[in-house]
Amino acid sequence: MKKSKQELQAIASQVRRDIVRMVTEAKSGHPGGSLSSTDILTALYFNVADIRPEGWTRDGKGQDQFILSAGHLTPVYYSILAHAGFFPVSELATFRKMGTRLQGHPSVRKGLPGVTQASGSLGQGVSVAAGLALAKKVNGDAHKVYVLCGDGESEEGQIWEGAEFAAHHKLSNLIGITDWNGQQIDGTVESVCGGGDLEAKWKAFGWNTIVADGHDFDAILDAFAQADKLSAGDKPTMILFKTDMGHGVDFMAGTCKWHGKAPSVEQCEAAMTQLEETLGDF
Amino acid sequence: MKKYIDTGKKDTRSGFGAGLLAAGKADERVFALTADLKGSVKMDAFAAEFPERFVQCGIAEANMVGAAAGLAIAGKIPFIGSFAEFVTGRVYDQIRQEVSYGKTNVKIASSHAGITLGEDGATHQTMEDIALMRALPEMVVINPCDYNQTVQATIAAAKYDGPVYLRFGRPSVPNFTNPDEPFVIGKAYVMNEGKDLTIFATGHLVWEALQAAEQIEAQGVSAEVIDVATIKPLDEATVLASVKKTGKALIAEEHNAVGGLGEAIAYLLAEKQPTRLSFLNGKDLFGQTGTPAELMALYGLDAAHIAEAALKLVK
Repeated sequence: MKKSKQELQAIASQVRRDIVRMVTEAKSGHPGGSLSSTDILTALYFNVADIRPEGWTRDGKGQDQFILSAGHLTPVYYSILAHAGFFPVSELATFRKMGTRLQGHPSVRKGLPGVTQASGSLGQGVSVAAGLALAKKVNGDAHKVYVLCGDGESEEGQIWEGAEFAAHHKLSNLIGITDWNGQQIDGTVESVCGGGDLEAKWKAFGWNTIVADGHDFDAILDAFAQADKLSAGDKPTMILFKTDMGHGVDFMAGTCKWHGKAPSVEQCEAAMTQLEETLGDF
Repeated sequence: MKKYIDTGKKDTRSGFGAGLLAAGKADERVFALTADLKGSVKMDAFAAEFPERFVQCGIAEANMVGAAAGLAIAGKIPFIGSFAEFVTGRVYDQIRQEVSYGKTNVKIASSHAGITLGEDGATHQTMEDIALMRALPEMVVINPCDYNQTVQATIAAAKYDGPVYLRFGRPSVPNFTNPDEPFVIGKAYVMNEGKDLTIFATGHLVWEALQAAEQIEAQGVSAEVIDVATIKPLDEATVLASVKKTGKALIAEEHNAVGGLGEAIAYLLAEKQPTRLSFLNGKDLFGQTGTPAELMALYGLDAAHIAEAALKLVK
């Protein structure tokens, strides 16, 4: 079941193609953060987490769970769910279109398999994931709960309420992921409202922290393996992955310009020349 | 006219505490969460009996809503308890995304609602909570009238599959309903039949309405009194049947004029059966410091004001 590093690289390339094509076709959406978190989520769904379409239910019984706190990252989320077998890859063509199960931000109202909770209004995912993790502890379920936040999103106060709560209740089965790409809509995180030392912040809130390169599969897998070991203790763990917004497409990389903007058809074509089609386009 | 006896004043928040304990005994999926107000919202007994199902969240209401949503997704039945303002206005977006839009079986236990919170003053006296919760799709809004009904409403909320906003209060108020009558969500209770006007009341104003009905009966006016314990979904059939008979209605609530029971009934009647209406509520005002009784009189919500408004309406 676990995909090799080479297989993960191939999947990530296809997911990046999907992201750019989905957003281009929809003429809206969020490619930047989707591209920065692609490698992390590819590793999570295809190697690390026990999240499978077979027997998947919203309550997460018998599996790990994932919450996308940064709800605007639907392009990467939907592409990964589709390639993991939760719904047909062809359905990616309906992204952001009227009547679709692939709503602009995740919805639990359209019957899309694999989506555990709605998100989009930022800063709320850590709290939800903490509730899920608490339930697993109470139920004696050894599975874990993962939650992905952005570094810009971490300006939200509720993130830190959730951090405090998870540490206090010793939710060691909760593993946070920060897509630390340094960008948000209005500019760099540093220029918009500080940012600072995110690792020190999570540590101060009583979490284990791991910092890793979010575009190197060896580093990503190693970070998740460390987190897995730490989950035997009594603290939640935050993995801060250093990433580049827009990673994989040269003209989108390292800028906030593509946070929530669709490329033109020509720009999409240019991007396709940089991303290998490995699993077949939708 | 049916006579109701006050069996001894009790606070409705204690009714919630008793109902929560009963619900917790009946169903091990029931959880209780609070934001540092365990005693104030009467979760003590539940916490003592079921420590593994009581979750202290600290003074962090936004996280409490999310954590409850997570528990609910995992199949639990969480009640989140705090003061009405702090589990509605403070966390409106969290409730909207995690509970209402997110379709989670979370119960919002809202204590110290309205001006009768008293001396703490306007920062704590929410008069807008019903409006906020009514505006959320699929949210059930319940405002029981006394201790006994709050016990039963809490038990019913635990059994109901879906988001519920359960409003109750701090002061001791008359306790007069049948303790054994199961609460039916979506039912308006006809407390007294009458023919000259209908008084629709909710929360502890039902008792005030019953007192007012007695007072005006002596002056030859027959008032039908209806306890609208569930504000959403509104019991349209009972409301329509009553005003068809009486032709006039007075609506009394401890809430802002905007978005409360008055508007809910007016909306229904404007469309289905235009009726002469009169409203008693907190108008479009904030509360202020005072004793509950002083504030009820000042804002015109006590039995004397209801009687006066009823007489004016039937004239």
